[in-house]
Amino acid sequence: MPTRTLTPGTETVERALVIDPGQRVPGRASGFPLRREGPAKLTGAAKYTDDLVFPGAWYGITIRSTEARAKLLAIEPDPDVDWSKVVLATAADIPGDNVVSLIKDDQPVLVPVGGEIRHHAEPVALLAAPDRETLRQLKGRIKLVTEALPPVFDPEQSDHVFAHYEVSQGDIAAGFAAADLILEGEYRVGHQEQLYIENQAMIAVPGEDGGIVIHGSMQCPYYIHKALKRALGLSSVQARVIQEETGGGFGGKEEYPSMLALHASLLALKARRPVRMIYDRHEDIAATTKRHPAIVRHRTGVTRDGRLVAQDIEVVMDGGAYCTLTPVVLSRGVLHAGGPYRCPNVRLRGRATRTNTPPNGAFRGFGAPQTEFAAETQLNRIAERLAISPADIRRRNVYRLNDTTPTGQVLRESVAAEEVLEQALGASLYERVRERTARDAAQRRGSGTIPTGALRTGDHRTATGIGLALAWHGAGFTGSGEVHLASVASVELTADGNLRVLTANTEMGQGTKTVFPQMVAGELGVPVDWVEYAPQDTAEVLDSGPTVASRTVMVVGGLTILAARKLKAEVEARNPGVPFHEAFRADAEAHGATRIDQQFEPYPGVVFDDETYLGDAYPAYGWAAAVATVEVDLDTAEVQVRDVIAVDDVGKVIHPILCEGQVEGGTLQAVGYATMEEIKLHDGRYLNDRLATYLIPTALDAPHIRSILVEAPYSGAPHGAKGVGELPMDVAAPAVVAAIHDATGVWIHELPATPERILAALHAPDGGRTRRKGEAAA
Amino acid sequence: MPAEPPIDSPRRLFEAYELLAAGATRPIAGGTDIMVAITGELGPIPERMLDLSRLEELRGISLEHGVLLLGARTTYTEIRRSTLCREHVPALVEAAATIGAAQIQNRGTIGGNLANASPAGDTLPVLLAADAEILVGGQRGEREIAVADFFLDYRKTALAPDELILQVRIPIPRGRSLRFRKVGTRRAQAISKVIMALAWHDLGSAGWKDVRVALGSVAATPIRATATEAVLEGASPTPEVADRAAETLGGELQPIDDVRSTAEYRRAVSARILHRLLRDAGGW
Amino acid sequence: MSAYRFLVNGAPAEVDVPGMRRLLDVLREDLGLTGTKEGCGEGECGACSVLLDGQVVDSCLVPICQVEGRIVRTVEGLSLAARERGSLDTLQEAFLEHGAAQCGICTPGMLMAARAYLDAGGGPDEDPIREAIAGNLCRCTGYSKIVDAIAAVAAPVD
Repeated sequence: MPTRTLTPGTETVERALVIDPGQRVPGRASGFPLRREGPAKLTGAAKYTDDLVFPGAWYGITIRSTEARAKLLAIEPDPDVDWSKVVLATAADIPGDNVVSLIKDDQPVLVPVGGEIRHHAEPVALLAAPDRETLRQLKGRIKLVTEALPPVFDPEQSDHVFAHYEVSQGDIAAGFAAADLILEGEYRVGHQEQLYIENQAMIAVPGEDGGIVIHGSMQCPYYIHKALKRALGLSSVQARVIQEETGGGFGGKEEYPSMLALHASLLALKARRPVRMIYDRHEDIAATTKRHPAIVRHRTGVTRDGRLVAQDIEVVMDGGAYCTLTPVVLSRGVLHAGGPYRCPNVRLRGRATRTNTPPNGAFRGFGAPQTEFAAETQLNRIAERLAISPADIRRRNVYRLNDTTPTGQVLRESVAAEEVLEQALGASLYERVRERTARDAAQRRGSGTIPTGALRTGDHRTATGIGLALAWHGAGFTGSGEVHLASVASVELTADGNLRVLTANTEMGQGTKTVFPQMVAGELGVPVDWVEYAPQDTAEVLDSGPTVASRTVMVVGGLTILAARKLKAEVEARNPGVPFHEAFRADAEAHGATRIDQQFEPYPGVVFDDETYLGDAYPAYGWAAAVATVEVDLDTAEVQVRDVIAVDDVGKVIHPILCEGQVEGGTLQAVGYATMEEIKLHDGRYLNDRLATYLIPTALDAPHIRSILVEAPYSGAPHGAKGVGELPMDVAAPAVVAAIHDATGVWIHELPATPERILAALHAPDGGRTRRKGEAAA
Repeated sequence: MPAEPPIDSPRRLFEAYELLAAGATRPIAGGTDIMVAITGELGPIPERMLDLSRLEELRGISLEHGVLLLGARTTYTEIRRSTLCREHVPALVEAAATIGAAQIQNRGTIGGNLANASPAGDTLPVLLAADAEILVGGQRGEREIAVADFFLDYRKTALAPDELILQVRIPIPRGRSLRFRKVGTRRAQAISKVIMALAWHDLGSAGWKDVRVALGSVAATPIRATATEAVLEGASPTPEVADRAAETLGGELQPIDDVRSTAEYRRAVSARILHRLLRDAGGW
Repeated sequence: MSAYRFLVNGAPAEVDVPGMRRLLDVLREDLGLTGTKEGCGEGECGACSVLLDGQVVDSCLVPICQVEGRIVRTVEGLSLAARERGSLDTLQEAFLEHGAAQCGICTPGMLMAARAYLDAGGGPDEDPIREAIAGNLCRCTGYSKIVDAIAAVAAPVD
């Protein structure tokens, strides 16, 4: 869907600019480069990991625990089997540390004998064979001898805390004392699987130097590189990681690939030949990381006219069996938990605990979708209680320029919350539609035909509803993350006159390979086709940090722009009076190669204390609003999400088509989160472990998504960009839940808002109309 | 790459019968069920497979003496496109349209739907409500089995190991109405949570006759709700009758909780769908 | 094992493999045509979609013995004429212009489903397009630009 053509407002640094598609023909990429690797993907020529052929390669599989918690006493291969033709690897074969290197050193590569199995499907042993039939025959012939231990599945019952945070502002007690209304609410969200359509895949090729070359599907080559060095005892040169064409990641290929790369490597080193480990869908869902489930409790004080005076919020996240990235997920979740609103008295508390379920990890939004679902639904419920429009209550509370956040950060620039809100309301005709849905609802009630019994139908078959939500998303890494990373990106004029951009940041569909040459070419003043994007191979590129946190264009793109500027200046200094695009080839011939390595420097004036959690949590924030309309079948409570208008302030739109693509894709993932993506567990095992049972939206489930892009540039980034990948994920789910309420009168506090939950709420004795559990009224 | 059990591809029906009689062999038509099971290792791998794809005897759609005849290998796409099906059993066309998506409809067959006997088979309640018969055959000869007698238990049918489903026979009596409704997990590629097929003859003031209320996904097999049928038999679809029928259905069903849905939802929605169908039929 | 003969992208192919080998594996491994992808092996995601006698099917569900004597078309043969010219056909071009491919893993299957729809005379209305690709899961795009691209080919504006 094209962006709306709107007349931009007056252009000052503080006012957001709604981009005018202008010369763009809607839906066509004219004026912006076509996807660089597009033709290869469209003709089937693009090679993903499983498409690669390595002659003589063996196949590897993982032997996994079938219990959630147990002591591993022995690994017993069947003595009646001839194991000499295959390779079996266990923890005993790990040359370095039996640790998947990440934040805490708590996750083993393979559970060692004598160690503890901590989750269902935990890897214990590895098997490689020349063909898949042999693997099929032998995989059931390895017995794991265990002693069961009592598992913990409830994160609130667990006493092992991975992380906890507390952020306070003002005086909570005073705030509540001054409130005219206090509302409580408890909200729950479950696991969500990233469901990249390309399963996790790695091929490990042993090198002559005792090292290993990894070819695989991944987001972060240097995470894998670090993990290989640690567990295999390799040098930086011996460990080489090459990203191949990657079919989606969404965070699911941020940290998990390190585990798989280590597994493939262990087999390859032992077998002394390449080993392919390609997951099937079932294993991928059963064993890899998911979005953290969370329980979020709100206690909110407001004045009669809907101004927030006190927010007391508690977040509990289920980290699964190992720490992985949990502290950072919790951190972001807590920091965003109040929503994009001004409130003088705030207490945010969060903890993430360990359970005996597969470890959870990164997924688009990274803690914020969980807590912002709760925050927006809480605010929408307050609006209902006060009989104030959800739009007005937001207008009254939304952050404006120079407001202060709970960490004490003053929002000095790039605040477009009001802008995105008004764009969404206007584009959706929100108030007018809401009047109509209210009239229809009254008519349904008034005719006495809302079914009072569970087994009868009413006059009306369907009901329409419209819902609104607003969100914020801190740009880049939390706190001093970016400073610690100290990323380096490079732009090079090679000796034979070619222009190259070198970063470790990966293409996984978001458009890295297209926009980086675009940005650099723009700075250098050359056609975009003259700029190459170097492969993501640790032998060729430096560590520019992971492709996560929506930082790729904002942070690393910014580095390449600065590097390009320096390159241009340097070449032009050597060739006075000749512009770069005319000078560079001759300059390369005369002068040889010029390479600029640009390292990240802290954004000016951004100071954060990691201990007290006070200060500037993020250099800037992105802002998003969504309005969703739904149609609910009143007989079955099935929900069809008809439309979503998604408005996102991304600071600066580098490539409108690619940017819209991120908004549309993220919005649909959030719609899936809200309506159908669910994992039920039994004894710590996922029951929804195939595509027949883990459901994502098809083209018939997907709403019309209209994206409106807004620009409130961030001055600390050379291009003003603040990132787009995750922002849309924070806002569509609560908008859908609000629309369901508008259509049916029930609030769903637990995602996904399935027909089962809606029907149950509709037939709660009070029709779901009065307080939910834990609510109180002043 | 999954297991690849040996497979025979007979060209004539009598060859297929010989192979079936010779020993354990698993027939495969469109493969949309068995291939998933083999790849996913859901259950033991069949020792031997019997490819039905060259048996022209199993194809064809015709209408003879008020009975619609569908060869076992008739695909869902063929059902959807068939003028005979659209005219005489639109409910079956509706059911076929809710199965999977284009790729599955182009390959999945009505014979397969029957033979697999999943409680969630989408055409099965329609066939049950339509009093369909199944023609099966083998070396020992041919026989007809009423769909009502076909489903013995979860994924177990009255088909003998040496028999193949040849044809589905759907009577098309004049004046019969047949309605279908499926509640799936999403809008396409959806396994059903509840399926209902309702059939009746409207005798005006004498009420409804030969009422059939068939359901899927609410028991171990597709079922008929006979107590509910009794409420509707001889009655007209008034609000009172609809309430009573819905109540009876709610009491008669014993659905389960599973990964897809809950017993409570299935029970309530089955009743509500019936109520709605009756409301539509009664025009109130 | 038996020999199975069929046409792939207009050229004759013959493979001597077990009859129960999936068409998907024959294409990818025996014939080296890796354009067709495996996303689930369950017939749910459609990434393995190919045309079999002009109909879109999930090649992960088709045993090769059932392909004997038939015509298979994969993404590599989407448009033979365009392939000879070394360029993209109108459908591929539309996907490129509209941004309908992001990570690209669903794209081959999506193109085949779209091709079947267009070859059968499918028009630019959104609902039938969505139905035609309902068996092809995409996680990246939200389907918006895919629908736009197919609609643009179904009703070219010029």
